[in-house]
Amino acid sequence: MRYVEEFRDPKAAKVLLAEIEKVTNEIGATKEKPVHIMEICGGHTHAIFRYGLDRLTPEGIEFIHGPGCPVCVLPMSRVDECVEIAELENVIFTTFGDAMRVPGTRKSLLQAKADGADIRMVYSPLDALELARRNPDREVVFFGLGFETTTPSTALSIQQAAREGLNNFSIFCNHITVPEPIKALLDDPHMVLDGFVGPGHVSMVIGVHPYDFIAEDYGKPLVVAGFEPLDLLQSVLMVLRQIRDGRAEIENQYARIVPEHGNPVSIAAMADVYQRRPSFEWRGLGEIDASGLRIRDQYKAFDAEEKFGIGYAAGPRNVQEPEGCECGAVMTGRIKPTACPQFGKGCTPEMPLGALMVSSEGACAAYWQYGGRRAVEAAE
Amino acid sequence: MCLGIPGQIVAITDEARMMAMADVSGVKREVSYAPVLTGDPADLVGQYALIHVGFAMALIDEDEAAKTLEALRDLGEAQEELEAMARTEEALQ
Repeated sequence: MRYVEEFRDPKAAKVLLAEIEKVTNEIGATKEKPVHIMEICGGHTHAIFRYGLDRLTPEGIEFIHGPGCPVCVLPMSRVDECVEIAELENVIFTTFGDAMRVPGTRKSLLQAKADGADIRMVYSPLDALELARRNPDREVVFFGLGFETTTPSTALSIQQAAREGLNNFSIFCNHITVPEPIKALLDDPHMVLDGFVGPGHVSMVIGVHPYDFIAEDYGKPLVVAGFEPLDLLQSVLMVLRQIRDGRAEIENQYARIVPEHGNPVSIAAMADVYQRRPSFEWRGLGEIDASGLRIRDQYKAFDAEEKFGIGYAAGPRNVQEPEGCECGAVMTGRIKPTACPQFGKGCTPEMPLGALMVSSEGACAAYWQYGGRRAVEAAE
Repeated sequence: MCLGIPGQIVAITDEARMMAMADVSGVKREVSYAPVLTGDPADLVGQYALIHVGFAMALIDEDEAAKTLEALRDLGEAQEELEAMARTEEALQ
């Protein structure tokens, strides 16, 4: 799908693309001197490649693929801890399917399952709750990973477990937040970022104001965007117009889904159950202050880290990423996926070496699947 | 992973646990309506919601639900989501 004619509304897409081209020219951006727009969310990365938006838009726009794919930013040490918990006697380990193939130091969860650990892919933490009800003499652990979109689901599940006194249910909490890594990237002198396309479903939960600092303290525009191609084109145009006009504001292109102040029930549940960790490790980005969540002491009974003494609280682990894997450099936008020596050789979606190849939302998997404009250029 | 999928709330199944039956592209699945509850749960029946990992995260209108579903099909995400829902029964055994 790289032809505007294939869009559901080709006429609207053409109008937006023409306007994007006009504003890009007014900014004076060229292939040699592009504007750098980061789409934070992995879902947006996937959509940009799927619809060929990177090729339909002018060469003066450079998309930088952000860290908003929970599976891609999972460090190997976290996977190792999941395997360690899953291999304990009497544990049923439950997880979203996305995490199954991420390589750990020894093995992935998929390999651990093949080796006999009781690991089950579930659609929802509610399924893990149900398993705990049905198996009162087993310990059911759910691997809580994901950003603010997903965090309320585990918070509400813990509240429900507390109400029922389901003491054989616990969450291995590895939830992370979006604003903090963006701050870390903005503080990185090597990053060149002119504006952001913000994740729509994160803002559906947290609203738009957690991003105010990006405009106020860093002078960069951010537009919260939906996931359809026209949403993305519209949002890119809104970012470009702000750059052209010298404005830096947080705008909401996705207002039909995203309320300004988010979802009060979800926000309250997260605040009740979770507190910020001093810092948390991200694959490729290292430790980022206040970017991860842990379960509050009042819900300690449902915290797998406390229950099994495994995890972040057990002390730092120095785990080397696999030989020749450049996930970190790709994640920070320093290199394109095709510049990684392992890309398409030692690392493919079938046999991933690094996490960016595991999920369809990872930049490497998207490049591999759809071949970006720059991937083609690199081959020439 | 964070896209979710639109579904229609067709019945309240357990008020104490805030659970409802949703119809997601013909697949029936119990979901939590906790995030979208503002008044009487019965008012939710017939409404469309964006469902993410088993929770109705936001109410949407029917037109938006149809458009979102089409976009998800384009992205190949709808199938993934429905397969994940279908796998659940196996996981619970």
